[in-house]
Amino acid sequence: MRLKKFLMAACLVALPVLGASVADAQGTLRIGMTAADIPLTNGQPDQGFEGNRFTGIPLFDSLTMWDLSAADKPSVVIPGLATEWAVDANDKTRWVFRLRRGVKFHDGSDFNADAVVWNVRKVLDREAPHYDPRQVGVTATRMPTLRRAEKIDDYTVALFTAEPDSLLPINLTNLFMASPTQWERLRAANPTAEATWNAFAREPSGTGPFRMTRFVPRERAEYARNDAYWTDKAKLDRIVILPIPEANARTAALLSNQVDWIEAPAPDAIPQLRQRGMVITSNAQPHVWPWQPCFAENSPLRDVRVRRAINLGIDREGLKTLLGGMMSVPVGTVPRGHPWFGNPSFNIRTDKAEARRLLAEAGYTPQRPLTLKVQISASGSGQMQPLPMNEFLQQDLKGIGVNVEFDVVEWNTLFANWRQGCTHAAARGAHATNVSFAAMDPFFAMVRFWDSKMAPPVSNNWGFFNDPRFDAMIAEARNAFEPAARDAALARLHAAGVDEALFIWIAHDVSPRAMSPRVRGYVQPQSWFVDLRLPYIQ
Amino acid sequence: MFFYLIRRIAYGIPIALAVGFVCFMLVQIAPGDPINAIVPPDAPGDVVEQVRRDYGLDKPLPVQFGLWLLKVVQGDLGRSLASGRPVWSDLSSAIGNTLMLATCASLLGFILGCLLGGLAGTFRGSWIDRAAVTLAVGGVSVPHYWLGMVMVVIFSVQLNWLPAMGAGPGGSADWAWDWEHIKHLVLPTVTLCVIPMGIVTRTVRGIVAEIMNQEFVTALRGKGLTRGGVFLHVVKNAAPTALAVMGLQLGYLMGGSILVETVFSWPGTGLLLNNAIFQRDLPVLQGTILVLAMFFVILNLLVDLMQTALDPRIKRG
Repeated sequence: MRLKKFLMAACLVALPVLGASVADAQGTLRIGMTAADIPLTNGQPDQGFEGNRFTGIPLFDSLTMWDLSAADKPSVVIPGLATEWAVDANDKTRWVFRLRRGVKFHDGSDFNADAVVWNVRKVLDREAPHYDPRQVGVTATRMPTLRRAEKIDDYTVALFTAEPDSLLPINLTNLFMASPTQWERLRAANPTAEATWNAFAREPSGTGPFRMTRFVPRERAEYARNDAYWTDKAKLDRIVILPIPEANARTAALLSNQVDWIEAPAPDAIPQLRQRGMVITSNAQPHVWPWQPCFAENSPLRDVRVRRAINLGIDREGLKTLLGGMMSVPVGTVPRGHPWFGNPSFNIRTDKAEARRLLAEAGYTPQRPLTLKVQISASGSGQMQPLPMNEFLQQDLKGIGVNVEFDVVEWNTLFANWRQGCTHAAARGAHATNVSFAAMDPFFAMVRFWDSKMAPPVSNNWGFFNDPRFDAMIAEARNAFEPAARDAALARLHAAGVDEALFIWIAHDVSPRAMSPRVRGYVQPQSWFVDLRLPYIQ
Repeated sequence: MFFYLIRRIAYGIPIALAVGFVCFMLVQIAPGDPINAIVPPDAPGDVVEQVRRDYGLDKPLPVQFGLWLLKVVQGDLGRSLASGRPVWSDLSSAIGNTLMLATCASLLGFILGCLLGGLAGTFRGSWIDRAAVTLAVGGVSVPHYWLGMVMVVIFSVQLNWLPAMGAGPGGSADWAWDWEHIKHLVLPTVTLCVIPMGIVTRTVRGIVAEIMNQEFVTALRGKGLTRGGVFLHVVKNAAPTALAVMGLQLGYLMGGSILVETVFSWPGTGLLLNNAIFQRDLPVLQGTILVLAMFFVILNLLVDLMQTALDPRIKRG
């Protein structure tokens, strides 16, 4: 009993000390990125979502933001610089956003409705003095229906879309708020808007939890904590981000203590990293590594039985073993439990007997085997390990009587072909293409592939899928303005997509990272992004 | 000499034009689309076309090449498609870093090569000769990037003696000649020096052996000159050729360190080119290759002039 009392007393004494050690935790976190250059720091990062992760979210905020606080549930949209929003009951193309008060940019100026209008104009108004074509490419594409913004009062803005679009609040996570005051100050010293944006990239000013203190092009960017942040402040004092595009160089940098955290360690190096005490983290990511079917006249993948058969014929667990566990097994574009998963009747799994039965029903037998041609790349961002993965699938599908041929093209070519469609000469008769994609946003996850209006050259409906039922479901989702109703509509769309086997779903990336055991407090959400306010160095 | 200099500089103009044109065309016929450096692959078609117009990439190829050439003549290499920064600002810092690395590697390679070549030539047929030749052949044959990785594994990962990447603890912008910075230079320099070392060793060995068989060396010996004294005469006679080889090697290293710079994340022209190739960053590719080609031309000219100064028998018309 005395021992118990002593232990309890010791715990009571120790608790505040432990708490203080975390609350006062400081330190500098050095991160090795896969990017070859520092992503743009002008407020609209390039370099894909790695840009948003390291030069977007830490320096800037958006009206709506992703909840990155938990690892065990899908990341959802939460209020950011806007506290609430609603579509106009009489005009479904007009949204009203109420803005957070008391937020300041790093330069000390106020965030308000004028700043929102200014930031919308920087990418959508070609007549605006601060219009920047460079930012259009990485912004307008992620909010395809946004047209303009209008100030209602200092803390209320109206945003207008080209057509009713309930997905706008999700799209707006990609529009980061840069400081108009800082830009105007720099404009006075620069001859053109382009030069001013370049100067702004060297001295950016957002409202984010970190502010940039040093920028060496191609080599490093350094951040310091923003002590005036409008909500929970970061634990770290400083962050240094370093572009190290070569995977072995990143791994060596971590093992030689030049960095504390690396993105995408070389898969072969993971056992060694673990052996040296490094922590490997991963989590399901809204990412899909598929074969996207062609629905043109002569394509065998027009037949839903064939698409289902191939989905059932793949040994995804075997593929996972091949990748050292660094993938998760898909059951659709989004995982089970996601608000958009729905209730598909087709269960994506490995069932080779059923696969053979479906193929036979479709007219493919061992005497008359199915031959598929798939266009793939040898490497590429988000493509994981395309050659060994595809070779595994080739061998695996041989077992159910499917002969797979590959047309291996350079990564940029595969991308370019994605916009041209499967009937274009560039596809060289391929029945499927192997381009991986991000699935955080319903437009990018489903709409652009399954809406008949999104056929090339408009967007990425590479296979020319055309089904009025799906067009109607997409319209319904776009017109469902209550979040619950919108999610329900998206769930119906996703379930229908799974039932029709509109993709051959093969893998989700799990975004492996390796970090020093000194990095504590890190949470890897089910997202492409991370909240850099949470980790600290012990 | 003055007219010779002017003529050699004038030769550089068609070379620059040809390099610029070949580089422009090579990038055009390579697969993919430069617009991918600016817009994400999933961008809608109308946005892609708008950005293409904004950047002038919708114009016919001859017009694009002509516009680029016009700017280059005015000293403007354009702006990077990927970063938006002026090409020259990235290129100038990259050239400085590569020049530092290539010079260190060339000097180390030259010193080691002269030493090994001199010894091998002097003691031809002995075990010293065989050892030096083995090292030289090994140096020329071993793949750069493989050697770099092996050295990183040994000296950075296992022994933790030297850093694995980067150009200093705070980047190349605040470079200083102290140990904290110099240690970042050690592994890439050693990796990069093995080829010039091998080439210089073989060259010097051949020349020294040839000179050692000449009559004037026998005469020098006959006059009772010490071995050191004879060696000095041999070095003086071998220097112009060795210098020419070293100059060329410096030129090669300026443009040929792509893999080593990538392995060590050394922010020089090699890494710049490597990234520009992957991003299809046309202005950066064209600007970098043009400047490196010009550098090579100027280096050749300097080597020629130095050879003339060292050996008056070499006359330039």
